[in-house]
Amino acid sequence: MQTRLTVNGEEAALDLDPRTTLLDALRHHLKLTGTKKGCDHGQCGACTVIVNGRRINSCLTLACMHDGDAVTTIEGLGTPGDLSALQQAFVDHDGYQCGYCTPGQICSATAMLAEARDGWPSVVTDDLTGAPALSREEISERMSGNLCRCAAYSNIVDAISEVAE
Amino acid sequence: MTRSFTMDKPDERRRLDAMAQGVIGKPLSRPDGPLKVSGTATYAAEYDIEGAAHGVLVRAPRFGTLTALGREAAEVMPGVLGVFSSDEFLRNPAQGTADEAPVQGTRDIAYVGQQVALVVAETFEQARDAAYRMELEIEGTGGAVDPEAVEPERQDDETVDQGDLDAAMRAAAHSVDQVYRTAGHAAAAMEPHAAIASWDGGKLTLYGSYQMLNFNKNELADSLGIDVEDVHILSPFVGGGFGSKLGISQEAIAAAVAARGLGRPVSVVMTRQQVFEGIMRRSETRQHVRLACDENGVLTGLGHESLVSNLPDEPFAEPVPQSTHFLYGGENRKISLDVARIHRPAAGSVRAPGEAVGMPVLENAMDELAEAAGIDPVELRKRNLPDCHPEEDIPYSSRKYAECLEEGAKRFGWADRNRTPGGLREGEWLIGHGMAGASRVNQTGEAAARVTLHRDGSATVATNMTDIGTGTYTVLGQIAAEMLGLPFDKVRVELGDSKDPDGPGSGGSWGASSSGSSVFIACEGVREKICEALGCDEGDLTLKDGDAIHGNTRTPLSDLLDADIEVEGKYEPGDTAEAYVQAGYGAYFCEVAVNRFTGETRVRRMLGVYAAGRILNEKTARSQCIGGMTWGIGTALTEELAHDPRDGHIVNHDLAEYHVPVNLDVPALDVVFIKERDDAACPLQSKGIGELGFCGAAGAVVNAIYNATGVRVRSYPATLDKVIAGAA
Repeated sequence: MQTRLTVNGEEAALDLDPRTTLLDALRHHLKLTGTKKGCDHGQCGACTVIVNGRRINSCLTLACMHDGDAVTTIEGLGTPGDLSALQQAFVDHDGYQCGYCTPGQICSATAMLAEARDGWPSVVTDDLTGAPALSREEISERMSGNLCRCAAYSNIVDAISEVAE
Repeated sequence: MTRSFTMDKPDERRRLDAMAQGVIGKPLSRPDGPLKVSGTATYAAEYDIEGAAHGVLVRAPRFGTLTALGREAAEVMPGVLGVFSSDEFLRNPAQGTADEAPVQGTRDIAYVGQQVALVVAETFEQARDAAYRMELEIEGTGGAVDPEAVEPERQDDETVDQGDLDAAMRAAAHSVDQVYRTAGHAAAAMEPHAAIASWDGGKLTLYGSYQMLNFNKNELADSLGIDVEDVHILSPFVGGGFGSKLGISQEAIAAAVAARGLGRPVSVVMTRQQVFEGIMRRSETRQHVRLACDENGVLTGLGHESLVSNLPDEPFAEPVPQSTHFLYGGENRKISLDVARIHRPAAGSVRAPGEAVGMPVLENAMDELAEAAGIDPVELRKRNLPDCHPEEDIPYSSRKYAECLEEGAKRFGWADRNRTPGGLREGEWLIGHGMAGASRVNQTGEAAARVTLHRDGSATVATNMTDIGTGTYTVLGQIAAEMLGLPFDKVRVELGDSKDPDGPGSGGSWGASSSGSSVFIACEGVREKICEALGCDEGDLTLKDGDAIHGNTRTPLSDLLDADIEVEGKYEPGDTAEAYVQAGYGAYFCEVAVNRFTGETRVRRMLGVYAAGRILNEKTARSQCIGGMTWGIGTALTEELAHDPRDGHIVNHDLAEYHVPVNLDVPALDVVFIKERDDAACPLQSKGIGELGFCGAAGAVVNAIYNATGVRVRSYPATLDKVIAGAA
């Protein structure tokens, strides 16, 4: 199926098997392997990308459902020589170990910060009337869709907290 | 030039302390970090290999004898290039350090989920669809799957029967006699097992995700019946291991067989469910613990008799009592380990085999004894630290267990806790505090590394050691930078190429000490060459910031060298491995809130204090410890492999049903290191840290649940149902 995506600001025209997930379109066809496959079932969050400003599990959606959509992957957030503030904070706080869940964590955190700025509440938000303050608990709750088996959670929250401030 | 060293006696020179660069131990950020956070670190399945086809493994849905593959329906599917199955396929991965092929062949299906075929197609989607069409024909019925329903085999090397424990129990002022159970665990590394195989004539290149290339290359060659010189494995980035990638595994052999058959490269990535079923699980355990003490809480007897399971013919048995042998005294001892041969999936090393489940249980029993004796749990432990190994007459190398207990108690405010179980409430939450000790045996392995000091004053370290998130790239760079007096960014570390000198592999927490020692030894050789060039003695040489300093002269290395200096360092464990009890120690302190109505436990705060010899990098070491403590939370509260009682298959074979801790399950964790140098451990005075932070952690959580609720949960994990049932 013909599918046009804008990925990290660049137009991509793909002709894909309709069974191709957005994740596999990125990894196998666009060679953007920064987005990771950890479970292929929406259980781990390693494949998190930002589509039209919202974070999603790219393994749970077919590429052909995203004709015309704007996709931001980890490669679009920064490069080794020009890291985003969150990427740098993950390095500084050792917010990873093996690094495999890390792109998903950072894409998720990038969109999560925007959600909080836009006033979206979470299940642990006490006051639904104002913009939520990003306490440790708020950040942990909002990042609980991204598993890290190395279990850098404590450091991930530190890294995100630094950027959120 | 090669320089060798065998650890036959304690190295009291403490050379790293005498160096001038000042980078060792510092909390430096990982040099590989910018690649990881930008998605440009390349993992196994991510190499862009021209013409690579995609393979999907096929699992057997029952055990018995495979009589036909039923491949026809798959073969006619669009894009399918072939269906492969051969006697070379592996039943399960090689055990860690096996160095040879594991059990092979697809005819005998020993467990449900065994991978018996590979379907290869042009695209992943085509291969996946075709793999579902396979119609395997399997005959016969399998064997036992319940570890408590068969006659087990005793592991003689773990058996101790010393004095008369029964008599000690009868005569004890206070005692504990309980049976505990722990659930099976999955390593669940975030990167599924993956390999791309590519042949060039008779030579195989394998991009894979493995922890121990020094062994994996031999396991791969042996599995395929080819010379080790003809295999080349590349694993520069490994997306988590935790033991699950110690040995060569099914996807590597399947990819290699298919690639050879097709004459084109083949990429195979296990599904998450295939990883759960096909890769080593940690065995469930049943542990009978008996403790006897006198009026003062001094142990007079200690029993720890365990039952674990594995497939027939697998040499591994979860070494439950590994630290029990030496941690506490008690002259009357009965320790044993039995293995039930059953047809659940293969069991092997999952992070901290042995202590991961043995230590929490021992520490639960110590908590019960402390209560029975009316002695503070911290004090009880301090009263039971033997002067030497209680079963063998050998001394401890360096043991700062008491210091960890004391420092932890002080920092946590242990003395101020509520001591009456169930006595502290905040609304619907019951608040409790618990502690447990940490212990993990320390060992090293043979290791080699090549260090090259380049003419421009930079250096390269190369070894086929791996970095599985442990921080190997970082600490090997720090050791070389310290020894050669170079800024950290002037040292380049190359890992994960099987053609480089044999490292120890990542496993058993021995990587940093063993591989680091080989780098250290090579650097000593480089320093000798610099001394020769300068005409000075080692004792007069200072290397700092890229300069060689002796007497009143300071010469940039780039001026001094007219050629690269290349030294291969080789480290071997020696007599100190047997002459001393070597272990890392620690103490955990934990606060939980348990819901009165639901039985839900939330960990509110947790402290770990550790002594593991020299800390090579405070930042990466701390990360290992918070990771371990989080595994402790998972072990205590949620992690449990559920086996179908009919056929043993893993029911909860993915990350939706097997519950690893998520971000909100883990509070801000506090980690403290006690300063220590263990001269008997290795020339760096360091000990393993990758597993220590996990060894006993779950026990602290469960002890805290008791303090909160008055409920002793003796079957891990302490899920809501068990807490509520105990409270009723």
